[in-house]
Amino acid sequence: MAVSAARIATRRASNAVFVAFCYLVTAVALTALAAILWSLLSQGLGGIDLAVFTKSTPAPGSSGGLANAIVGSIMLCLLGMAIALIVGILAGTWLAEYAGQSRYGSTVRFLNDVLLSAPSILIGLFVYELLVAPFGGFSGFAGGVALALLAAPVITRTTEDVLKLQPTSLRESGVALGTPLWGVIRTVLWRSAGSGILTGALLAFARISGETAPLLFTALNNQFFSLDMRKPMANLPVVIFQFALSAYDDWRRLAWAGALIIAASVLAITIVARILSQEQKRS
Amino acid sequence: MTQIATLDARTVRRRSSPRGASFEGVFEGLCFAAATALLASLGGVLVALVIGGWPAFARFGIGFLFTSTWDPVRDIYGAAGPIVGTLITSVVALALSLPIAGGVAFFLVELCPPILRRPIGTAVELLAGIPSIVYGMWGLFVFAPFFAQHVQIPLMTAAPSGSLMETLVQGVPNGSGILSASIILAIMILPFMAATLRELLMTVPPQVRESAYGLGATMGEVVMKVTLPYVRRGAIGAVMLGLGRALGETMAVTFIIGNAHGFPKGVFDSGSTIASTIANEFTEATGPMHTASLIALGLVLFLITFMVLALARLLLRNQARL
Repeated sequence: MAVSAARIATRRASNAVFVAFCYLVTAVALTALAAILWSLLSQGLGGIDLAVFTKSTPAPGSSGGLANAIVGSIMLCLLGMAIALIVGILAGTWLAEYAGQSRYGSTVRFLNDVLLSAPSILIGLFVYELLVAPFGGFSGFAGGVALALLAAPVITRTTEDVLKLQPTSLRESGVALGTPLWGVIRTVLWRSAGSGILTGALLAFARISGETAPLLFTALNNQFFSLDMRKPMANLPVVIFQFALSAYDDWRRLAWAGALIIAASVLAITIVARILSQEQKRS
Repeated sequence: MTQIATLDARTVRRRSSPRGASFEGVFEGLCFAAATALLASLGGVLVALVIGGWPAFARFGIGFLFTSTWDPVRDIYGAAGPIVGTLITSVVALALSLPIAGGVAFFLVELCPPILRRPIGTAVELLAGIPSIVYGMWGLFVFAPFFAQHVQIPLMTAAPSGSLMETLVQGVPNGSGILSASIILAIMILPFMAATLRELLMTVPPQVRESAYGLGATMGEVVMKVTLPYVRRGAIGAVMLGLGRALGETMAVTFIIGNAHGFPKGVFDSGSTIASTIANEFTEATGPMHTASLIALGLVLFLITFMVLALARLLLRNQARL
């Protein structure tokens, strides 16, 4: 009995250590993350005023804002999302409805998952070789394609997942009414899976809106306001990168403001996506 | 009778090919093309990197991977410095972040008071989505000065001269370097790994946990001997995904690693990773061989991450898709 009592004491002690460790590291992790959010807020809020949204990026020493970068980022993301939605929804539909257990289907599924987490800088290099080098210059269009390549795997994956959740009886009843399968997919399945696909699209949007690396070699940057997709285009992440590494205080303040804008919009989009997916679960 | 029968047959024939049925093949073809486009883009990445990097491999041969001279002036390039830098920072980041991510996940699943469970869980998931450039900026402006002041300088003054420790902690005490980059990377992959591990642990059927507790196991024993082994494969997959992220991460590292080529000599020494080298030099490359060498570096990164990610996905295949 004595042995067993000693053993229980050791087990209790080691459990206490383990539990304490869990509490400690959670506290450490939450502190670190709170510190990041705190410096983002305290440094970023000071830099945000009306000029940030109305003026273009300044030369060092003069005043200015981020208007051209914000507009450029929105345009690049919209172009990326437009391409990614078409490719992603169609590819996800193929995987869910037509691919079945085929070997090609599982290859696509597997490599899509790899593409999903491939380093974004390599996507940038690829688009550089594909669209920048041959056509003689950086362009907003190339930036949009690079972002599309990052968003499409996410949308493909969610589309496939939510379509597979739709009951087979939906497809059967549609087909039994004499609708061709593609009509059933278009008018019945896509609608019933709509909010799920929207959630995936929002998550993809959140992901690409903060991406910097692939834009460095595709959209590059533009100091001036421009809506021309064939020219280099200003965008928030690259502006933040350049301004943060500069030696000018004005630029650094703008970089913090830009970082706050990006982080806040990414968080807002993610929260909307989460609310959507929870409502969907409830209904 | 006969007339009715023919009418029926005609109706049936007309109904048997409903409007738009001929588009069935077109639609399936479109979907198939989209799926193939995804496959082609991954293949395209590989092909573009091989073609773009080929001149570097042709000129420097296999030595490209094992020499550490990176000299745009003499046009001589060797990739060993960035490759070693990438591997060291990722592995150190993973080693730092894994116990913490595990602890957070165990806390959320087993210890957390129910009222805090959702807020903390949600916060961790939201933080996984913060763009990496934010982590990079925080590292450069907030973490680096703090680290230099409170860690580097005390360690440097404390190191006895001529000792091994002095060699290890040498460098410019400005807060950037290999170790700082690893710590920032660790903070960056932490929310992602914690969220994934938590998700995995929640897939363990309640009966399994409850029977372990019912047998008198302590919380530590339940986690380490029952629930974690239950999701072992998935957990290894999640760790590999975290490693994949760390390997390919660009912005968080570029800000703080110091960007010096060659092998780092100590934990505070400047270094470079593959991704940071490409991000810094690609648009300012001095000549075609410089560009080719950078793309060849990209190819090396692609091969490393592809292996890690493929392994991760194979391990995660039968788990809930993450």
